[in-house]
Amino acid sequence: MTMQRWTWRSAAGLLAALTLGLAPWAAARAELRVVACEPEWAALTTELAGALAQVYSATTAQQDPHQVQARPSLIAAVRRADLLVCTGAELEAGWLPLLQRQAGNPAIQPGRPGLFEAAAQVELLGVPARLDRADGDVHAAGNPHIQTDPRRIARVAAALARRLAELDPPHAADYERRHADFAQRWQAAITRWERSAAPLKGLPIVVQHQGFPYLEQWLGLRQVAALEPKPGLEPSSAHLQAVLATLQREPARLILRAAYNDGRGSMWLAERTRLPVVALPYTVGGSEAARDLFGLFDDTLARLLKAVQP
Amino acid sequence: MTPHSCFSCSLPLPRSLSAAAVLLAGLAAAPVARSADAAAPAPASTAPASAQRAAANAFNPAISLILSGGYTQLQRDPASWRLAGFQTGGEIGPGSRGFGLGESELGLSASIDPRFFGSMTVALSDDEGAAVEEAYAQTTALPAGLTLKFGRFLSALGYQNELHAHAWAFVDAPLAHQAFLGGQRREDGPQLRWLAPTELFAELGAELGRGETHPGAARKKNGAGAWTLFGHLGGDIGASQSWRAGLSLLSARPQGRESSVLDAAGNEVTHAFTGHSRTWVLDGVWKWAPDGNAHSRWVSLQGEWMRRSERGTLVADRTGLASVAPYRATQSGAYLQGVWQFMPGWRAGLRGDWLRVGTVDAGANAALLESARHDPSRTSLLLDWVPSEFSRVRLQVAQDRVRAGVNDRQVMLQYQMSLGAHGAHSY
Repeated sequence: MTMQRWTWRSAAGLLAALTLGLAPWAAARAELRVVACEPEWAALTTELAGALAQVYSATTAQQDPHQVQARPSLIAAVRRADLLVCTGAELEAGWLPLLQRQAGNPAIQPGRPGLFEAAAQVELLGVPARLDRADGDVHAAGNPHIQTDPRRIARVAAALARRLAELDPPHAADYERRHADFAQRWQAAITRWERSAAPLKGLPIVVQHQGFPYLEQWLGLRQVAALEPKPGLEPSSAHLQAVLATLQREPARLILRAAYNDGRGSMWLAERTRLPVVALPYTVGGSEAARDLFGLFDDTLARLLKAVQP
Repeated sequence: MTPHSCFSCSLPLPRSLSAAAVLLAGLAAAPVARSADAAAPAPASTAPASAQRAAANAFNPAISLILSGGYTQLQRDPASWRLAGFQTGGEIGPGSRGFGLGESELGLSASIDPRFFGSMTVALSDDEGAAVEEAYAQTTALPAGLTLKFGRFLSALGYQNELHAHAWAFVDAPLAHQAFLGGQRREDGPQLRWLAPTELFAELGAELGRGETHPGAARKKNGAGAWTLFGHLGGDIGASQSWRAGLSLLSARPQGRESSVLDAAGNEVTHAFTGHSRTWVLDGVWKWAPDGNAHSRWVSLQGEWMRRSERGTLVADRTGLASVAPYRATQSGAYLQGVWQFMPGWRAGLRGDWLRVGTVDAGANAALLESARHDPSRTSLLLDWVPSEFSRVRLQVAQDRVRAGVNDRQVMLQYQMSLGAHGAHSY
C-alpha cells in the first residue's frame, strides 16, 4: 500500500515539476517563431515583424539552397516553428519535405497557414515549355530565384505581412504598420536603384548558373551565355569552349556568379576572355555590405556599376 | 518461457489497445488545414505558379524509379561465402558474379489527407520478384513533436538501416548489418517518434512489430514479435559541421529461426533457434563542408557498433538429427567509413568492417556446430561519380576476409539512375 501511495505521489510530483518547468517556456513564447529557408526571407520577416518574431535562417548566403541536407539542427528548428518562410517552386525539394515530415509539427505542413511560399506570390519566369530531365534540374513551376528583383520582393512582403497578421492576430496592426513603413522605404529605394542602374540597360552578360533572370528582367541585362550547360550540371570543357565561341561572336561585358557558386568555371572563362567576374551577394549575408535587404541591392548595383566603369 | 525474459514478453492486448486509443484521440484532436483560401496566395493579377497545374492527374502521387545494376568480379566462389559462427538470415553475401541487374526500386508517395502522408517502395528483382520494401502511412498532424508511422518501414535502428540502399555510400551493407540484421531490417507494425522541443536535436522512438525479419522469425502468435527503442541526438558545430549520434536496442523473440550453416564436418545443415535475441546499436555520423556548402567538397564520417546476445534453444541439424540443446551467444561487430567529395561530382571512400565471433555456448550441440574462431573483416575502397543529382556510377574494390584464411578480392561496378520525382534524401 505504502509503495503504491509513494508511486502515486512521485508521479504527481513529477507532473507538477514538469508543468512548472514548462510554464516559463510557454510564457516566454510571446513572439512568433519563424524559420526562413533562405536568408532573404529571414531578413524580410525581420523587417516586417521586428521584435515580434524570432527568426532563424536554415541556410546562409554561402550555401546553395538546392543542395542543403535535412540536418538534425534544421529538424529541431522546424519542430518549434510557427511559420516557415520558403521560396517554394521546388527550390527546397531536396530537403524541405523531409524537415516537414520529420519535425512532428502540424503547423507548417503543406496547405497550412504556417507554410508561406514566396514564389507562389509572384509571377515566375523561365517556366519550362517541356518537362524533361534531359534539360537538367529544371523547376516545373519556373525559375525560383526571385529574390534578385526588388519589385517581386515588394509583392512577397505584402503577402507575408498578411500571413504574419493571420498567425498572430493580437499584433495584426503592428504588422500592417511595419509593412506600410517598409513598403514606403522600399519603393523609394527601388526608384533610387533604378535611376543609378541606367548605364546597365542592355548590358551583355555571362552567368554561371541560370540564377539571374529576375535581375536581368529588372535591370534590362542581356544574358549571352551560361556556364552551366543545363541547370544543375557542372560545366564541361566542351561546353566552356562553346561559350568561348559564342562570346567571340557576341561579346559580353562581365561574368556574373552568386557568392555560393564555385568560382572556378568563371575564373577559367575570365582568364581567356579578360572579362571581369562579378560575384554578387545574391542574398543577405552574401557580402560584407549585404547586411539587410537594402544593403543587398545597394551592394549588387555598386558591384555591377563598378565592373562596367570605363 | 523463463521468467527472466519477461520484460520482453509480447505486449498484452488491453495495454496496446489503450495506447492505440490515446494516439487515436490525439489524431482526432489534431488541427487540420483550414479552408483553402487560408493559405491562398495573392491577388489574381500575380498569377501564382501553381495555377497552371489543373490537369486531371495533378493529384497523382510523386513517382520515382531507381534503376540499378552493374558488374561484380569475385575472386572466390560466392557460394562458399558465409559468416561462420553467426546465425544469419536475410539477403547477405557479396552477390553473384558477372553482369547483373540489381534491385530496381519503384516509389510512390503523397499526402493522403491533412492528417496522413503515405509512401510505398517496391523492390523489383529476379530473385524476389516484387518485394514490398516499405509501405507505410505517417501522421503529419499529431501535436507535441509526435509522429506515428505504421505499416512496413525500414527500422530506425542505428543510422544506415533507415536509408534506402540507393542512398548508401557503399554498394553493399556493412558486415555488422549482414551478420545481425540480415543486411537491412524491415518491420511491420507501428513506430512512434517524439522530437524534443529543444535547440539540440533530440529524438526518442519506439517500434513494435511483427518481428519476422532477421534476427526475428516468422511467428504464429498474437502480440509483437520484436520491439525497438531508439534515441538520437544531433546538431551543428558552426556553419561547416553537423553530427548525429544514437543508441538503439532491438529485442526479438524468434521461434524456429532457421539458418543454414556448416557442421563440424563441413556439410551444410539447417539449424533453428528459438529464444530471445537482443541487439544494441551505437551509431554516429559527422559531416563537414566548407561553410556548409556541399556543392564542391565535403567529408562524411560514419560508424556503427553492434552487439547481439542471444539465449534460448537451438535445434541443430533440423532436418536430420534434430538435436535440441540450450544456446547462448554474445557477438559484436562494427564498421567505420569515410567519404570525401574532392571535386564536384567525384567522391572517394574507405570503409573498414570488423566482426567478433565472440562467445558461443551451444551446450550439447557444440560438436554439431562448426567451430568458428575466425573474426571476419573487410576493407573497401570506393570511387563514386555523380554527374547529376539523378545519376551515379560507382566502383568499389574490397578485400574480404570473411572466410578463415581466405582473401577474396571483390570488384563491384554499379550504376544507379533515378527517374521521376526528386527524391529528398534524409541526413
